[in-house]
Amino acid sequence: MEASGATVERSGRLPAWLVGLLPLVLLGAAIGLFAALGEPGLAERNGIPVERLSVERTVLRPGEIELAVRNDGPDAVAVRQVTVNDAFVAFSQSADEIGRLDGDKIKIDYPWIEGESYAVGLVTATGGTIAHQIDAAAETPEADVGFYGLMALVGLYDGLIPVAIGMLWLPWVRTIDRRWIQFLLALTLGLLAFLGVDALLEGTDIAAGGAQSLGGASLVFLGAGIAYLGLAGIDAWLRGRRTKAGEAGAGPWRLAFLVALGIGLHNLGEGLAIGSAYAVGSLALGAALIVGFALHNTTEGLAIVAPVAEDESSSVRRSLPRLAGLGLIAGAPAILGTWIGASAFNPSLAAILFGLGAGAIAQVIVQIAPSVRDASGRLLHPLAATGVVTGLLLMYATGLLVSL
Amino acid sequence: MSELPNRKLSRRKLIGGAAGAAAVLPLLHEVVPHQVIHDQLAQAAGGGHEHGGAMAGMAHRGTAHSGTLGSVDPAVNGFDPHELLRDFDTGKVSREGGRTVRTFEIVAEDKEIEVAPGVKVAGWAYNGRVPGPTLRATQGELIRVDFVNGSSHPHTMHFHGIHPARMDGVPQTPPGNVEPGGFFTYEFEAEPFGLHLYHCHSVPLADHIAKGLYGAFVIDPKQGRPEADEQVMVMSGFDTNFDRANEFYVVNGVAFAYHDKPIRVKRDELVRIYLVNITEFDPINSFHVHANFFDWYPTGTKLEARDFTDTVILGQGERGILEMRFPYTGKYMFHAHVSEFADLGWMGFFEVVD
Repeated sequence: MEASGATVERSGRLPAWLVGLLPLVLLGAAIGLFAALGEPGLAERNGIPVERLSVERTVLRPGEIELAVRNDGPDAVAVRQVTVNDAFVAFSQSADEIGRLDGDKIKIDYPWIEGESYAVGLVTATGGTIAHQIDAAAETPEADVGFYGLMALVGLYDGLIPVAIGMLWLPWVRTIDRRWIQFLLALTLGLLAFLGVDALLEGTDIAAGGAQSLGGASLVFLGAGIAYLGLAGIDAWLRGRRTKAGEAGAGPWRLAFLVALGIGLHNLGEGLAIGSAYAVGSLALGAALIVGFALHNTTEGLAIVAPVAEDESSSVRRSLPRLAGLGLIAGAPAILGTWIGASAFNPSLAAILFGLGAGAIAQVIVQIAPSVRDASGRLLHPLAATGVVTGLLLMYATGLLVSL
Repeated sequence: MSELPNRKLSRRKLIGGAAGAAAVLPLLHEVVPHQVIHDQLAQAAGGGHEHGGAMAGMAHRGTAHSGTLGSVDPAVNGFDPHELLRDFDTGKVSREGGRTVRTFEIVAEDKEIEVAPGVKVAGWAYNGRVPGPTLRATQGELIRVDFVNGSSHPHTMHFHGIHPARMDGVPQTPPGNVEPGGFFTYEFEAEPFGLHLYHCHSVPLADHIAKGLYGAFVIDPKQGRPEADEQVMVMSGFDTNFDRANEFYVVNGVAFAYHDKPIRVKRDELVRIYLVNITEFDPINSFHVHANFFDWYPTGTKLEARDFTDTVILGQGERGILEMRFPYTGKYMFHAHVSEFADLGWMGFFEVVD
């Protein structure tokens, strides 16, 4: 008793928040002292400065090549001359020197020829060179209204329309046996697992081309963690609200909403990839691609409606507004993705967005999985396993049609 | 990617560089009538500024720009390619036993060289300049080179010519390397007449040459050569990112030095160019002059021209003498006909005036 009384008294002298702040104050004082004393013993770096620039975006206009670069190393970099295919060229930049993590745009006067390959060399003040390869030159589309319209159309074809078509399976899934609904949910798990892994791989791939000092591939996992936990939070909040309101039958729709959200985040990344590929001219928009995406993403629509197959409380017709909303959540982000991808592509941003998609999908898988359990509580019973594998194969096969 | 020591440029100098660029660009406009070309291309491509297909880029922009942006301040380097061009070091003359003796003083040092505007590399230099001084003597004279190694690395001076082993300046035979702070006097007879060169022969050889330790060595024939506007051009390169290939090709030390500011010559006057190739990493270099032909004396060891041409190719260490007269006034380009070298710095102009 006495001891605990003494503790209370002691902490009573100093406010708790001040005690909590004390280490931070000491840290600040230590840093200040260190700086004031001229960084004793550590002012001279051991070794030579590292000059690293990563090219985040290449824009080709008639007679001009523009590189958006970011300083990816620990030291400032000063670009002093630029070569294109082993010839010095005229260029301009806005900063004399690019500081750590800073970015700049290097505009190069160059009469490039469509379809040809260019090796750009940035020569620094120390004579170092930073190489950037343009595989096949193609004019970057002007970001005007027509361009955004075209990208919206691509997003529409890629995301919204296939998802909406896939959701038209709802009346049919309502007529089938419960066992087959379980099979369809398992198939959805397979589809989602494929998309999740795909997003992770694509994200890490893109991150490799970005500024590593900003995080590189770890950004994908950061995004995945944020999305997974964020969706889990939204889910818990929805559950809480529903419990309070005493609604019993909202479970399937909640699930469908989460599936739509997860797929929506995935389609954001997919749109991003399509938009950026189109912007650098490495994507031919054509019937084959659109048909491929239609087949690929129609299955996503099925995944959204599968959870609500057993919800007999509302007719399909009465649920139409809800269904339309889910379709928008799942499909519309593709449009946003194409806009971002084609106009402001940045590997680090793309890595986070792909991570968000992957994390969301992982959360959705966790949410759907219980619905697949059979009477004895087994998750991967033969029918479910067959469903998952079928889903994976379906995604793989339709994915062959749309390799970017 | 380079990991060289970072040297910060002052803001004042950068502003100077920008002003230099602004000064160079109108000059280029004057030099190449690209607006005409531009218009013709635009018409060929369908007129106006419409673009499409492969011609798009060409039709839209003038293609007259060549060269680096900005300019190199000779005061920063401590040498000016335009001064090096006509600078001959004839040494200190004395007589010993009825014979003329020429004594030269050479100091090797570590030196930062601005090889192109804003690009500074750690190099080595004889007497603070790249190329080193053009040493000149007359056939049969006694040459003495007092060599001091002020660099932090061992170096030598190896002369092309005829001399005893001890005077050959290679590390493998005595006296071998001249160590940092060391001293040695190379002494030999000026033989044979012609155009030769000297360079460091310490190992690794390519590096000791490529970093700037080389120069021209002229031995005049006893009877002399006809009066002329004499110039020295030492062709070399700089590997600034250590990939064993040159990022810059230069004549007399600085990329595009005679491109950004032409060499003035008089119409009909005999121009004699002592041309030396000491380019590392590339097996050959070349010289081509526009709108003119020259007499070509390979190595300069015979008094009769071997060829009358407008282009010569030289291997590493090869050299020769060119003689020509410009019959018309105007600006005439000269450059390596290895076009890549031309684009990367080895391009210049003669400006012929009355």
